Amino acid sequence: MGTIYLIASLGEVYAERSGVLNLGLEGMMIMGAAISFIFTIAYGHLVAILMAALIGVLMSLILAVMAIHLRLNQVIVGLALTLLGLGLSGLITFPDIRRRILSSLNPSLPESMLMIQQAEKLPEIPIPLLSQIPLIGKTFFTHNILVYTSLILAIIMWFILFKTRYGLIIRSVGENPSMADSLGVNVFLVRYVTVVISGLFASLAGAYFFIGFHPFWREGVTAGRGFISLALVILATWNPLRAILGAYLFGGVETFQYRLQLFGLGAQSPYFLAMLPYIITIITLILISIESIRKRIGVPASLGTPYSREEA
Amino acid sequence: MEELVHLHGIVKRFPGVIANDNVDFTLKRGEIHALLGENGAGKTTLMNILYGLYKPDSGEIYIEGRRVEIRSPKEAIKLGIGMVHQNFKLIPQHTVLENVILGLKDVGFIIDSKKIGEEIKKLAEQYNWKIDPHVFVWQLSAGEKQQVELLKILYRKAKILILDEPTSVLTPQECKYLFYALRMMVKEGRGVIFITHKLDEALAISDRVTVMRRGKVVATKNTWETDIKELASFMIGRPVLFNIEKNKTYSDEELVIVRNLKVFNDAGVLSLKNVNLTIRKNEIFGIIGVTGNGQQELAEVLAGLRRPVDGEIIIDGIKIVDPNPQKMIELGVAYIPPEPMKYGVAPNLSVIDNLFLKAYRYRPYSKKIFIDIKKMEKKAEEIVEKFNIVCPSPSIKVRSLSGGNIQRLILARELSELIGGVRSKLIIATYPTKGLDIAAAEFLNKSLIEYSKLGTSILYITEDIEEAMMVCDRIGVIHDGKIVGTFKPGEVSVEKIGLMMAGADASISS
Repeated sequence: MGTIYLIASLGEVYAERSGVLNLGLEGMMIMGAAISFIFTIAYGHLVAILMAALIGVLMSLILAVMAIHLRLNQVIVGLALTLLGLGLSGLITFPDIRRRILSSLNPSLPESMLMIQQAEKLPEIPIPLLSQIPLIGKTFFTHNILVYTSLILAIIMWFILFKTRYGLIIRSVGENPSMADSLGVNVFLVRYVTVVISGLFASLAGAYFFIGFHPFWREGVTAGRGFISLALVILATWNPLRAILGAYLFGGVETFQYRLQLFGLGAQSPYFLAMLPYIITIITLILISIESIRKRIGVPASLGTPYSREEA
Repeated sequence: MEELVHLHGIVKRFPGVIANDNVDFTLKRGEIHALLGENGAGKTTLMNILYGLYKPDSGEIYIEGRRVEIRSPKEAIKLGIGMVHQNFKLIPQHTVLENVILGLKDVGFIIDSKKIGEEIKKLAEQYNWKIDPHVFVWQLSAGEKQQVELLKILYRKAKILILDEPTSVLTPQECKYLFYALRMMVKEGRGVIFITHKLDEALAISDRVTVMRRGKVVATKNTWETDIKELASFMIGRPVLFNIEKNKTYSDEELVIVRNLKVFNDAGVLSLKNVNLTIRKNEIFGIIGVTGNGQQELAEVLAGLRRPVDGEIIIDGIKIVDPNPQKMIELGVAYIPPEPMKYGVAPNLSVIDNLFLKAYRYRPYSKKIFIDIKKMEKKAEEIVEKFNIVCPSPSIKVRSLSGGNIQRLILARELSELIGGVRSKLIIATYPTKGLDIAAAEFLNKSLIEYSKLGTSILYITEDIEEAMMVCDRIGVIHDGKIVGTFKPGEVSVEKIGLMMAGADASISS
């Protein structure tokens, strides 16, 4: 469960470190889920993951053009993309439309496959030997491939961000773009790359959530998890390693909630989840606009501010 | 001597002005060349052209005898040109090392901070700088930050160093270290272009001086062949008076008394720790110090813009409780804020509106819920005339006025007795001459002295020691939220004042 949050927030850490807030995370995530739903039925898991990645890249390019090039307000553009993703994912999975999409994608699909609400789940890969350990073996070492990949990814992304030249460039662009520009760094390119990374990761997280964890489609299936990932970025103070801890904490709490329900305890409130996006947007806005808080928790100094050479 | 830089016939036009009009300039290997001129003379434009930030409309650039075109800072860096901007371009949250190597390609994929740290340390030691490459930039003093800026350039093996007003944030001692380091750098075969508007600095540091005025080069001279009078007349086009006649009578009556004042700054840190001061009637009391030592907060408290945490303020016998700007205005406190364009005027409103920003709510300009625009217009014409504010009409927007005129407008608003015809009792002037040319600064200082003669007390905050000596009757040095010494001009050497500004233990009182 925590893996979804981890993947999405890793990408967002990069975008925000370079000074761009990607509030479209939820939209990109649910599009990743919807696309992976359709393509898993049509062509299987591998194609589904690739197409989910592609949709994330496309959506984040829209954000990049609007927020970096046209210097529009990042909050508004991001929310617009979230709304777009929620609407579009509902549209393409609407039974009648989905049926047409599927039959044109793969005409050889049997009729029964065109209408199912469920996709095949990703297989779990037990790690040889380790998974044989009694008690903890099954819990820790029997997962699908994305879980392992995401953990390694978090470490690699931390290393790049804090120990290499490219990481320094990303962090500097987020702190002081005009200075980076004066030293010959291409501020726009850096921000495009990080925003695309955030979109790519968000839609992959969505795909993983759907085919790896919960392969039953319903509208709005990601249920605010993109926004939780946004909150996680702040909680992790823009550090990929700390994001691991936060992600599994969030994921753990959520799983625990499901377990409680199985025993009939504490019904999960749909209202709380419905409220979440707005609460998190408001909290993010407050955090990035109060100067003293910005300094204390180390918000990248140019977060939310488009860069242009003339105004610098 | 070999020529490192040769600029020939540089012309740069901006809408409505010629910033550089056929400028010739050379920099030789091994020399420090001061580029002297008032604000707006075209110095910075010229250097921005050399650094690739602007493209000249015509003219040629030669670097070490080779004709080049410099289209971006990146290309300038490649040609061995480095520039230290007036406002530091550093990232406070990053370490010295990270700031130095940002954007460099040859540091490899993984940053070897141990090896590079050693290199930076060695480089710094050549100039007697003790900088730890692994500390964060926010932990450094202004002087050290400037050293990091220089290290950034030197690490890129620059031969041509451009420094834009490098001493504006430094104490006199830090200036000395800088000058010493610059001497070493040119001895190693580099050339330094030193942009300044301070005459004494140009004389102290340079081998040659080029003076610019209104976009043109007025003269280039060997420093040993010229003097301060000549340079000043080049700079403003006429001889200048360096002393303002004061000759006034002093009063013993204490108008402003501040006791044990403590104030927080915006970050929630105590920036005035324990300030005690008194200002007498007729007196101009100067506060000098390095920017950021609490002088701004002091001015804001007295203007009612900031609440004290503790302490006592008495103005003309009245104890101030719970200050706010309106209360202070009604008490007769006038405030000339720093950065006039930002804090002093509403740029999109007219000259008239800006003149009456304080007086609009009082008689005779206010009639219950209406304001008497006719009366305001009439009075505005009078004031514009008296304070010599150059504008086509008082109803023009303030943003189109020059800096000197805006400062005169603020002066007029604060001094022209608009509220009930009563003269201000206390004027707080924060960096009032910053950014003004010599003539405009002279006018402003003279006006303040005239007012003090009429019985007004003035708190004059500046970072320019010379100016404080010239204008003030008594001077207090502020360091780290405390007044560390008070004296009359001439009693204490500039040297010693510098030490006090830097926080060295040298408290003196008179």
